Amino acid sequence: MSRWRGFESFLELLTLDGPSGHEHRTAERLGEWFRAEGLEVETDPLGNVLARYRGEGGGRPVVLVAVHMDEIGLMVRDIEPGGFLRVVPIGGVDPRTLVSAEVTVHGRRDLPGVVGAKPPHLSTPEERKKAVPLDDLFVDLGMAEEAVRREVRPGDAVTVRRQPVRLLGEVAAGKSVDNRASAAAVFECLQILRTRRIAADVVFAATVQEEVGVRGAAVAAYRVRPDVGAAVDVCHARSPGISGDRTVQMGGGPAVQFGPNIHPALFRKLAEIARAAGVSWQLLVGQGATGTDARIIQLTREGIPTAALGIPIRYMHTSVETVDYRDIRETGRLLAEWIAALDRPFVEGLTCFLND
Amino acid sequence: MLLKRLSEAAGPSGFEDEVRRILYEELRPHARRVYTDALGNLFVETGNPGRGPRVMLAAHLDEVALMVVQIDDAGTLRFRPVGGVDERVLVSKAVFVGPNRIPGVIGSKAVHLQKPEERGKPFSVEDLYIDIGASGREQAERHVSVGDTAVFATAFERFGDGKAKGKAFDDRVGCAALAETAKKSFDLPLVFAFTVQEEIGLRGAGPAAYRVDPDLALVVEGTLCFDVAGAEEKDAVTVQGRGPALSILDRMTIADRAVLRRLVRAAEKNGIPYQWRRSGAGANDAGAIHLVRRGIATGAVSVPVRYIHSPVQVVDLADYHHTVRLLEAFLRDLEEDPQLDFPAEGEWTS
Repeated sequence: MSRWRGFESFLELLTLDGPSGHEHRTAERLGEWFRAEGLEVETDPLGNVLARYRGEGGGRPVVLVAVHMDEIGLMVRDIEPGGFLRVVPIGGVDPRTLVSAEVTVHGRRDLPGVVGAKPPHLSTPEERKKAVPLDDLFVDLGMAEEAVRREVRPGDAVTVRRQPVRLLGEVAAGKSVDNRASAAAVFECLQILRTRRIAADVVFAATVQEEVGVRGAAVAAYRVRPDVGAAVDVCHARSPGISGDRTVQMGGGPAVQFGPNIHPALFRKLAEIARAAGVSWQLLVGQGATGTDARIIQLTREGIPTAALGIPIRYMHTSVETVDYRDIRETGRLLAEWIAALDRPFVEGLTCFLND
Repeated sequence: MLLKRLSEAAGPSGFEDEVRRILYEELRPHARRVYTDALGNLFVETGNPGRGPRVMLAAHLDEVALMVVQIDDAGTLRFRPVGGVDERVLVSKAVFVGPNRIPGVIGSKAVHLQKPEERGKPFSVEDLYIDIGASGREQAERHVSVGDTAVFATAFERFGDGKAKGKAFDDRVGCAALAETAKKSFDLPLVFAFTVQEEIGLRGAGPAAYRVDPDLALVVEGTLCFDVAGAEEKDAVTVQGRGPALSILDRMTIADRAVLRRLVRAAEKNGIPYQWRRSGAGANDAGAIHLVRRGIATGAVSVPVRYIHSPVQVVDLADYHHTVRLLEAFLRDLEEDPQLDFPAEGEWTS
């Protein structure tokens, strides 16, 4: 049975293919690693992996930490004459990033393919000025139509094929950093939790179908019925031409989210814990629901006090999503310190907005 | 006047503390039980818990507002809207920023300094900023933090022929109407739910309804009203002076016919004027409430509000008073006849 080994395991996670609705490979690996850490693991009907870490003492509150494990991808729509595949997006795919990408078509077996488009020579000057829409792209498997029809059916998943790239220092790039980075942060968190006395039970939920509308988290939160919820997801890091209030600095540590989606006392606790533990952190303010599992966790059943952490990445929703592993490690550390600070009395105060 | 205090209080979505506090203090003496939940929804339970259908009356606490997202070196504050603010209404308005209500104004490049092609375009939030008079970032940061919200600094005032102007009548008219109703005695189990985060996607009402689990719900709102110069009657949605507007259908809800019939019956029995809300556009907390758990019979009653979502909104106080009367009449009717029957089509008016 394989177990979590830090950065190397994170790179391994990036090689697993699992668009929304097809998360079984990632689920299997994460489940294996959770069991190796001694957690109780169950899978729910939608495919969420729920791993329970038990604290000590009586009356322990339950904390749900959600990290979605799905990634954006494509799905085969049609097989055209000649064996070319037409595809539709799963989640927020930018078709401009797909032109001449290498892909894997998950047919009866995994097949390598390339995304083709009309060459510039054959394009009109007007066409060249415009982005190629997804409808004009196709996947070329280099196989005869008959063979393609034997191996591939409409509905099969397609993922971008990209081996993780190690950049300078602990920076890595690859596909599905959104949101495998957060799964990695959870395992970093677990390494610290084991050394601490924890007065809460933590359910780590590797959720499905976030990219198509936070669906897995909705049923996971309903099932677990936690006293406190948290989502860990990626957020936008600054890069040339991209700055301002919706971005944070890569290498600057976890972003702690603030706004209507976040319980104010949980935000304050995170900020306080970060200062006390010497975790560098960044403020990320929002004016409505966040684009993370937190948006639905907060509204589950009678309402759940919810927090959200962001790991800064560049080039989100491309196959070269770039992250600094130090941010992942610090996110895990902040998460662990925060969990260690949660107990029954604190959690019970979270429904009181009427202090006299 | 409670409506004045509610209108002038700050309550951006997620930051409804001031409004919640006013209602809590106002209603505590009249309630069997008052409490909040994890989102900040305020619940006020009154009436007789042992009898009749459990009714949830809902009005939302929050208002459209702004949030400070960056502080410039010059000490000016960059902001983004919280909820649906029309960017064109923002320039040259006064605001209060943060929990300490720091006064500020929304500035922009003077018209003299704009190129001719700029002049024809509306300002977007990126072109605008809040100026609190700070000499630089350091001074500004002593008074304001990123994440602070700002609300329009509009005074409530009666004017004209029985009208009032102010900010946030959407939905402080609903809050005030519910508060007046909560002070009356009814022989029914009533839960007044003052909800959070309506303006950013009906977010508070769902969990509130899940907790209350009522037999029926009634949403009290401020709604669209465009009965003004240059507008045609067919586009007005509602007309001021014609009384509370009853919803039949909007973007998210088809009103429960049984509740609607009882509203009409209560109005007609008591000679209270009412009108239909004549538009499929817009939505209110009913959209979230009616889908909770196994489904909840839900209706909506609204006070027409001119210039809704803008810094200066206008209501007709007679419409407001008729709305308060209709709420009482509706609940009295339920006291007498608690059985809610789903009427056949076309049977909802007498």
